Amino acid sequence: MADVIEVGAARGDAPPPAANAARRGASAGRTGRATPYLFLAPYLVLFGVFGLLPIILGLWLSVHQWDFQLPNRPFVGLDNYTELFSSDSAVYGDWWESVRATAIFTVLSVPLLVVVPLGLALLLNRSFPGRTFFRAIYFAPYVLGVAVIGLLWRFLLDANLGLVNRLLGVVGLPSDTPWVTNMPWAWISLVGVTVWWTSGFNAVIYLAGLQDISPELYEAARMDGANAWQRFRNVTVPGLRPVLLFVITTTVLASANMFGQSFLITQGAPGTETRTVVWFIVEEGLRDNDAGRAAAMSIVFALLLAVVSIANFRLFRYRED
Amino acid sequence: MTTPTPTTNGSASGLRRVVFYATLVALTLIFLTPLVWMVITSLKTYTAAQQIPPSWLPNPLAGYGYEQILNNSANPVLRWFLNSMVAATLHSLLVLVTASMAAYSLARLRFRGRGVTFALIVGTLFIPPTSLIIPNFLIVDQLNWIDTLAVVVVPGAASAFGVFFLRQFFLSLPNELEEAATLDGANQWQIFVKVVLPLSRPALATLAVLSFLTNWNDFLWPIFVLFSPEKLTLPPGLGLLQGSYVTDYPVIMAGAVLASLPVLILFVLAQRHIIQGVSRSGLKG
Repeated sequence: MADVIEVGAARGDAPPPAANAARRGASAGRTGRATPYLFLAPYLVLFGVFGLLPIILGLWLSVHQWDFQLPNRPFVGLDNYTELFSSDSAVYGDWWESVRATAIFTVLSVPLLVVVPLGLALLLNRSFPGRTFFRAIYFAPYVLGVAVIGLLWRFLLDANLGLVNRLLGVVGLPSDTPWVTNMPWAWISLVGVTVWWTSGFNAVIYLAGLQDISPELYEAARMDGANAWQRFRNVTVPGLRPVLLFVITTTVLASANMFGQSFLITQGAPGTETRTVVWFIVEEGLRDNDAGRAAAMSIVFALLLAVVSIANFRLFRYRED
Repeated sequence: MTTPTPTTNGSASGLRRVVFYATLVALTLIFLTPLVWMVITSLKTYTAAQQIPPSWLPNPLAGYGYEQILNNSANPVLRWFLNSMVAATLHSLLVLVTASMAAYSLARLRFRGRGVTFALIVGTLFIPPTSLIIPNFLIVDQLNWIDTLAVVVVPGAASAFGVFFLRQFFLSLPNELEEAATLDGANQWQIFVKVVLPLSRPALATLAVLSFLTNWNDFLWPIFVLFSPEKLTLPPGLGLLQGSYVTDYPVIMAGAVLASLPVLILFVLAQRHIIQGVSRSGLKG
């Protein structure tokens, strides 16, 4: 397979012969028939093998009992799916616990990840010296990977040695909160860290949206005697609607796909209460060798997310009418 | 675009300015303190890091954390650093070459099946990549790529983002330059390499930086497809480091600093590209 990809790339690197042929053809600017496909070929090989094939393979896996250790992978129809919904199956409890964990995290984190970055963006959407500097600072945590921020916050939130409890102690608040091991602190920690980590990202998207709103609209609103809140409500919010839709949709998807934060910071604790769907799926498929069942879970999960995204789109489109 | 502060009544606007800057500074502390604390802790000795209450400055200033990392056969952090650097660079190049060629074809050439191909590629943007992890694992297993460099370089390059991003950019370029080149007898490959790519430098730089960052930070995929200590990239390696050093925070934080430095430097140098790339990806939605 590696060979195929290299051949594809090599073919693309050399001038496509068809292009030369076309040049010699009757009209200049005509493209050889094969040229567009040759340009596409290297990417399409990658896309076919790692973009399309997994979709088909996933569907196929989900109707088989597929164990890495066993030679036979019998067809089991919809068993992998029905198991997820029948309360007497072995996987039922853990699966729904992970769905619940994912739902809790999404519901708690999305509102904050939509509102806090909007506040940051409004703050930065003025002209003042140092604007680019502050924007960079607020965005900086986002360039770090989840492995770094996971290790860092596991340390900061450590009940005894962590900086968070120390600082709380200094200002006279309880300094022994079990941030990563007990409820509700574990959720507060995971949501808080995620807000700290990714707010800058959404803020930058909002900023671009804010700059697309014509200053004349604000001017006109001011002439009509609108105060700051009314200008926000009647100029900023409608102007940001497409950006808001984008931010909400991508944030819901990102939160629903959360994995690294709970894997590294709470390590699933307490018990397995903060083990998310993505975590459970990879654990089931790769650690417990049940790729068929894991594939079925992936598909159910993808469908759930699709429903949520579509609902989100409809909600916003109706509001626009 | 901006909301100018009214200048009419002096004292009120002065107060407002103080509140405004105080807010900015408070936020700066919130965003930066964790990162500063990471660096400070990485320069402490084990005992200093265990001290309660912790001191704000590393005293004595110690290379302990970094020494542990540099001479460590069980946790070859430098090797992971190198692996990550090579993987992210190759990944970024692979994305640039394949996505730019595909995007050029989709944006500037006419051919049968173009609409369908583009729809298929964009369609996959709506499938959460995490839901394809299990089948992708089987595919790389069949290719015998588990625990090799290829497994962290190649599969991610199938992402539709690069093609989509560059196609939008190529569509915005004026036709005239290409027409002139065609009249001069240039073929499509020459137009692509000599006209379109040089004009697209900002977009290409943005995509290169974003691809590098994504690959450098990837955690979920490498922890399941890389196993041997000498094959790991930094993110799964850091997980291993935490496992072996548990509460020996100077060592763990030294590892975190090492993993953060390249991307923070890249961010400082290419801030404009990263931020523009992110904001442009938002406007497309």
